[in-house]
Amino acid sequence: MITGGNARIRSEKVMEFLMLLCSMVSVVTTVGIILVLSVDTVRFFGEVSFIDFVTDTQWTPLFEDKHFGILSLLSGTLLTTCIAILLAVPVGVSIAVYLNEYASPKFTSIAKPILEVLAAVPTVVYGFFALQFVTPLLQRFIPGLAGFNALSPGLVMGVMIIPYITSLSEDALRAVPKSLREASYGLGANRFQTAFSVLVPAANSGIIVSIILAVSRALGETMIVAIAAGQEPKLTFNPLESVETITTYIVQVSMGDVPQDSLEYRTIFAAGMALFVLTFLLNNISFWIRKKYQRRYE
Amino acid sequence: MKTTAYLTWLLLIGTLSLSSCFKHYKAKINIDGSSSVYPLTEAVAEEFRKIEPDIRITVGISGTGGGFKKFLRGETDISNASRPISKNELAISRANGIQFIEIPVSYDGMAIVVSPKNDFVDYITVAELKTMWSPASQDKINSWKQVRSSWPDVPLNLYGAGTSSGTYDYFTEAINGKAKASRGDYTASEDDNVLVQGVSSDKNGLAYFGLAYYTENKDKLKLVPVKVTGEAPAIFPSERTVQSGQYQPLSRPEFIYVNAESAKSPFVKQFVRFYTEHAASLAREVGYVPLPEEVYQLGYERFLNSKTGSVFENKSIVGVNLIQLLSE
Repeated sequence: MITGGNARIRSEKVMEFLMLLCSMVSVVTTVGIILVLSVDTVRFFGEVSFIDFVTDTQWTPLFEDKHFGILSLLSGTLLTTCIAILLAVPVGVSIAVYLNEYASPKFTSIAKPILEVLAAVPTVVYGFFALQFVTPLLQRFIPGLAGFNALSPGLVMGVMIIPYITSLSEDALRAVPKSLREASYGLGANRFQTAFSVLVPAANSGIIVSIILAVSRALGETMIVAIAAGQEPKLTFNPLESVETITTYIVQVSMGDVPQDSLEYRTIFAAGMALFVLTFLLNNISFWIRKKYQRRYE
Repeated sequence: MKTTAYLTWLLLIGTLSLSSCFKHYKAKINIDGSSSVYPLTEAVAEEFRKIEPDIRITVGISGTGGGFKKFLRGETDISNASRPISKNELAISRANGIQFIEIPVSYDGMAIVVSPKNDFVDYITVAELKTMWSPASQDKINSWKQVRSSWPDVPLNLYGAGTSSGTYDYFTEAINGKAKASRGDYTASEDDNVLVQGVSSDKNGLAYFGLAYYTENKDKLKLVPVKVTGEAPAIFPSERTVQSGQYQPLSRPEFIYVNAESAKSPFVKQFVRFYTEHAASLAREVGYVPLPEEVYQLGYERFLNSKTGSVFENKSIVGVNLIQLLSE
C-alpha cells in the first residue's frame, strides 16, 4: 500500500512537471520572439535613426536611395485593417444579435457551424479569392480600381474575421442577465429595441473585446494581403490603390535573395517589432477594457 | 508480420542510402553563376544526364558576379553569365592565372507590357522609359501625361523586377545607365507571375519582365514596341528582332565561361559540345531566344581551338553583332 502510494505521488509529480513544461513552451516562445526581434531591431536602430523610421514617408530599403519610413507600410496595414473592421463589425454584431435574439434554435444550430467554417478556410484560399474573384468583380463597378488594391483584400479579410466577432459577441450577449431582457420587454420595448438599446450596450465590454481581438487578427494577417494587396509601399489612405503591409514586406524580404546579417535583412525585424508593439498594445487595451467594464455589469 | 514489414523497410532504406553513397561518378562538372542563364544550363544538364548518367553536373545560382568570383578562384569549371566578364574580373583572372573560353549561348529579351485595356500607348522611347524609371522620378512622375504630353492624365502604376533579380540589374543599366539605379515606388517582385497578374488587371499599369513571360501570357497583356530614339522605328521584341540586334537596348546575349584547364577534360569537352548543339532548341523551350546557328558554330570552334579571353574587352555589349565579333 505504502509503495503504491509513493508511486502515485511520484506519477503525480511527473505529471505536474510535464504540464509545467507544456505551459513553459508558450512563455519561452514569447520571450524568445521578443529577444530575437529586439536584438536585430537594436542593431537596426544603430544604423538608422528612430526619428527617420517614424517620420520618413518613403520605404525603399532595397533600393539605392534608401529610405526607412515605416509609415508607408503602416498605412497599408491600417488601411486594410480598417476596411476589414468596417465590414466585419456591423455584420458580425448583427449576426450575433440575430442568432441570440431572433433565430430559432434549429436555425442557430445550422447557421453557427457554417459560420465557423469561415474561420477554417485557409487564408491563402481567401487571398486568391480576393485576387481572382473579388477584385475583377469590384472593377466592374469601380473602373479606377487597380489590379492590386487595399479594398478587395480588406473586404475579404473582413469576411474572414466575422466569425471571431460573432462568436465572442454572442457569448457576451448570452451572458447578459435575463432580468435585463425581461425588464425591457416588461416596459413595452419590442425585440429590436431590446436587442440594440438594452442587450448590446449591456454586453459592450465583450463586444469591444471581440472587436479588438479581430483587429489584432487583421493586423497580423499575411497571406490575403500578400497575394491581393500588392507590394508597393505607399503612404496613402486611398483604398483603390495598391499598398504594401508590414507582413507582406516581411514575406517579400525573407523569400528573396537579401543577404543575411545586412541592413536590408534587419529591416524585417524592425518592421516585425513595429507590428508586435501594435498588437501588444491592442491586446493590453482589450484586457484593460474587459477588467474595467466587467465590474460595472456584474 | 510486423517484424517482416519493418525489416523490409530497413532493407529498402539501407540499400537506397548505400547505393547513393557509393554511386560512382566518372567525373564532376561544377557550374555556377547567373540566375537568368540557369534555366537554360539546367535544361541542358538534364538532357545531358540522360545520355551520360555517370557524369555529375551541379548547377548553382550565385548571380553573375558571385559566379565569377568562384570561377576566378578556380572553384568552378563553368560559369553562367548574363553579361560579359567585366574589366575588374578580367584583371583578377590575369592575377590568378585563370584562363577561360567565352561562349555565347542564347539571347534574353525584355518585354515592356501594358494592360490590353490601355488604348493610348502605341510605342515607347528609351528616353520615356528613363523618365518613368529613373531614381529621380521617385514620387515625382506619377501620371502618364508627365511622360508624354499627348498621353492622358491618369495615374502611372509601375511593375518591375525585384532588386535581387538579374533582370533588374540589366534593365536599370540599359535604361537608367547604371545597374541597380531605379526608383523604388513601384510594385517590385522577383516572381514574374505577380507582375503579370498586376499589370494585366491594371489599365494604368506598365511592366517589364523577361520575354518568356510575355510569350506565356500573350492573351492577358499588350506588348509595347520600343524606339531607341524618337526618330528610330518602333520595334517589337521577337525572335527575329532580338536575333538581328534590332530590339535594343532591352536584349542581351547570355554566356557560359569555361575554365581553360577544365576544358582539357574529355567530359567537359563532351558537355560543351552537347550544350552548343542543343542550346538552340532548349532555349526556345525555356522561353529564351536562340542565337543564330552560325554563332553556336563559331562559339564551339572557339572552344575547340581553345581561344581564351573575352571578345568584349573594351567593347560595349549594347548593339553587338556576335557573328562579326566571334569571327575576328
